[in-house]
Amino acid sequence: MKQLERKVNHSAWDGFNSGNWQKEIDVRDFIQQNFRQYEGDETFLEGPTEATTSLNDKLVDLKLRERKAGGVLDADTKVVSTITSHGPGYLDKDLEKIVGLQTDKPLKKALMPYGGIRMAKDALESYGLKLDPETEYVFNDLTKTHNQGVFDAYTPEIRRARHYKIITGLPDAYGRGRLVGDFPRIALYGIDQLVEAKLDDLDNYGDSELTSEVIRGREEITEQIRALHQIKEMAAAYGFDISEPAANAKEALQWLYFGYLAAIKQQNGAAMSIGRIDTFVDAYIERDIKRNILDEKEAQELIDQFTMKLRMVSFIRTPEYNSLFSGNPIWATLSLAGMGIDGEHHVTKTAFRFLNTLKNMGAAPEPNITLLWSEKLPENFKEYAAKVSVESSTIQYENDDLMLKQWGTDYYAIACCVSAQPVADGIQYFGARANLAKTVLYAINGGKDEIGKAQVGPAYAPITSEYIDYEEFMQKFDLMLDWLGDVYVNALNTIHYMHDKYYYESAQLALKDTRLNRTFATGISGLSVAADSISAIKYGHVKVIRDEDGIAVDFKAEHDFPRYGNNDDRADEIAVWLVKSLYTKMNRHRLYRNAKLSTSVLTITSNVVYGKNTGTTPNGRKKGMPFSPGANPAYGAEQSGALASLLSVAKLPYKYATDGISNTFAVTPSTLGHDEQLQDKTLVNMINGYMKNNGHHLNINVFNRETLLDAQKHPEKYPTLTIRVSGYCVYFADLTKEQQDDVISRTFHHSM
Amino acid sequence: MVYERRIHERKVPMRDGQILGYVHSTESFGAVDGPGIRFVAFMQGCNMRCQFCHNPDTWKKNVGSEMTTDEILEQALPYRQFWGEDGGITLSGGEILLQIEFAIELFTKCKKIGINTCLDTCGQPFTHRQPWFSKFEKLMEVTDILLVDIKHINSDEHRKLTGYRNENILEMCEYLSAINKPVWIRHVLIPQRTDFDNYLKQLGDYIKTLTNVQKVEVLPYHTMGVHKYHEMGIKYDLEGIEPPAPERVKNAEKLLHVEDYRGYLEV
Repeated sequence: MKQLERKVNHSAWDGFNSGNWQKEIDVRDFIQQNFRQYEGDETFLEGPTEATTSLNDKLVDLKLRERKAGGVLDADTKVVSTITSHGPGYLDKDLEKIVGLQTDKPLKKALMPYGGIRMAKDALESYGLKLDPETEYVFNDLTKTHNQGVFDAYTPEIRRARHYKIITGLPDAYGRGRLVGDFPRIALYGIDQLVEAKLDDLDNYGDSELTSEVIRGREEITEQIRALHQIKEMAAAYGFDISEPAANAKEALQWLYFGYLAAIKQQNGAAMSIGRIDTFVDAYIERDIKRNILDEKEAQELIDQFTMKLRMVSFIRTPEYNSLFSGNPIWATLSLAGMGIDGEHHVTKTAFRFLNTLKNMGAAPEPNITLLWSEKLPENFKEYAAKVSVESSTIQYENDDLMLKQWGTDYYAIACCVSAQPVADGIQYFGARANLAKTVLYAINGGKDEIGKAQVGPAYAPITSEYIDYEEFMQKFDLMLDWLGDVYVNALNTIHYMHDKYYYESAQLALKDTRLNRTFATGISGLSVAADSISAIKYGHVKVIRDEDGIAVDFKAEHDFPRYGNNDDRADEIAVWLVKSLYTKMNRHRLYRNAKLSTSVLTITSNVVYGKNTGTTPNGRKKGMPFSPGANPAYGAEQSGALASLLSVAKLPYKYATDGISNTFAVTPSTLGHDEQLQDKTLVNMINGYMKNNGHHLNINVFNRETLLDAQKHPEKYPTLTIRVSGYCVYFADLTKEQQDDVISRTFHHSM
Repeated sequence: MVYERRIHERKVPMRDGQILGYVHSTESFGAVDGPGIRFVAFMQGCNMRCQFCHNPDTWKKNVGSEMTTDEILEQALPYRQFWGEDGGITLSGGEILLQIEFAIELFTKCKKIGINTCLDTCGQPFTHRQPWFSKFEKLMEVTDILLVDIKHINSDEHRKLTGYRNENILEMCEYLSAINKPVWIRHVLIPQRTDFDNYLKQLGDYIKTLTNVQKVEVLPYHTMGVHKYHEMGIKYDLEGIEPPAPERVKNAEKLLHVEDYRGYLEV
């Protein structure tokens, strides 16, 4: 291994504590040696500068105009987006402290056809724009996209499962996303050292025998090096030479932002996270403050304006995509705080500063602020975060103790909505979700789709008796779950093979270790509906009503039955079993590039669409009605109060669902306490309690149903009302009417 | 002049060597029933007939679910990790002091395992007469904090509003102050009943004489319980009275010096 020191411009590192990070690429070690803990409260924070406010006003106005225009103000129809495809763009060049846009104009959407040319074309057309014929010709006739590759290889069975929506949301027509680049590397080392290190990796990459794996690896490293050069070129167009390390906090934020910008210029992944940069940036800010070249007001300005850039990211999508992921989220997920492996907390002033952006620039859905929670975080920080939650409903909380243990590193970040990923060497193959509620119906109907009536699953014998026998059902369900696991894993293996081939993430992967730990992320939807349905069959003596084709279209439970969400083991254990069972079945397969299987219980806003495509279920849910989001109990099932519901969800085993278990919680302010201080404290205790019981993730919304009803009627009064849905944050006004209704009808925990 | 009643010794119901309580309902997520997050047991039975009571279904005595103190604990303990340092168990009502033996047994068990205990009472059964007062003293040994509702500062008005005079209630407040037992004082603000500046000022002055008050809360009257009266076929005396305007709530908070009581933040 070459030593880095030979090349380093040492003056950029002056004033930092030394360590292994100076000998090899090791951002985590730099953080460990240099970040400064902060235990105080929020009183040091500063408001926005005039420049920030002026820029923010401009952006808010642009976004309102964009919403009025139906979602798109301007989009490229010809120039294909690459790291260097566009010249510099600005919101207001004179005022911007951090620069760089996806295209040459703010909010102008980039053309990103590598995931799929048809998707790119349809997206443009849905906004009344036309794809340039020449570009279309190039991608249709001269080259190929990820989407074409996938469909060349899909089996008829996968196509059927996809068409009838037992598997939905597969990333087979756009970027798979979910790779967190170790963006601070650019700031800490400069591009040239990163290139050196990758060249070194290439030199050492198995040249004794060129197997197809080795050949692919060598091609990928070379692609990464090419991307690094392009990032440097892109930065140069903005007037920055990033070949050397960043010399101060402003440069550090700018350098790492260029890395992120390269990623979002190249990839339109469903989730494009920024990572966990708070302690890293804090080390630079602290150094500048010590050197008297930065004060708190200026530090906040940097964080505000950096955050503003994350608020500007967007991609053009098709209406079908938007129905799954409403409000055009991009999951620029920003992970804050957490604990170190050494038991020291990672709360810095910069974690406060990032939360303060919500006050300085108003609430906004992006970045997707994620607090890595441990009971051991300083009280002042926990209470401040809770306060921000009560005011803005924009924070999600994830169990740092659980994730630290599972992933074995304190340098992990949330890669999308809720799933953790080691920043230096972890990647994840994202894979949407399988519909367990529909699988229950397939088991009853012998693999026939209850809505499309087609034979989608294997034609096993259906249940024909008037009342469903639990033992018989479980045998059939087990077989159907085998099939589901098979077809699902096969689809994902195909997708990721083709994504690597046609839409490789050279920019993000250039900023990670060459030797990667891969996870294979599957997902579950309809968990609560499936669990309650099985509970109904077990305890409720369920009668089947069939249509003329013999397909079960309605059910009647003769007795009441326990439901998931009441801290009642009889039902909760069914939900736990479902997660373990599907995981175990899928884990029998060989996964793409020897990835390790993970799964999630997470739906985004797609719970509405999944429900729409699923017939009446034995738990009493009617055909077309939404599923509950993520791991939430089914609508109306929670009868034992908020904490019982939290305890039920906390039982789902993270060990099997390391991709995340999402819980979305809505509570009225007055339920949390009669005054603000008490509300903050209640929230802190509630999150602590949930996490101590091994709950993984919690979205917290604090508002009254009346507010939402009013916002639905008078959207103009609430242009920036922001709420948390499963795994992300969205402007309420950007949800479809159906999704708004869904949010309003969810359980609000309240008391008199 | 102190109003006194004869004390009837109640026969305490028992099962398996434990005292039985008549429970109206329980709530696992109480955040407005004392410090922190609390498990709340609403006990059945109350002598007062407050015109604004939003739980008239808790009035009747010796009905509801019969539960032992262990059964309450068994229901509450799964939520212990949500309680943090402040939270715990609250006994509310109805009027909990009508089942004082049950409260003593439950709270004694709580204190043995380090659970914070809170009593939500209007104080109506309070008396210095024996043997009741000794029981109350015993209860106070195992009670960390009390929420005390003062319904009206003027005894005649108190009687009109609740059916009982308030002298013994104020005596309880003074006793609690004397033994320095932390209390949160609450006062329901009702237009045409309690929302008068002179009474509010009088109440504010009275509370100032107590030394143990950590928090004073003005609870704006609401009409969410009215439907219960209709369902139960009871006449509702406040028909037509609307919740107080926000500026009246502010006014009451000022006259009761709410801002001065911040002890609850240091718990």
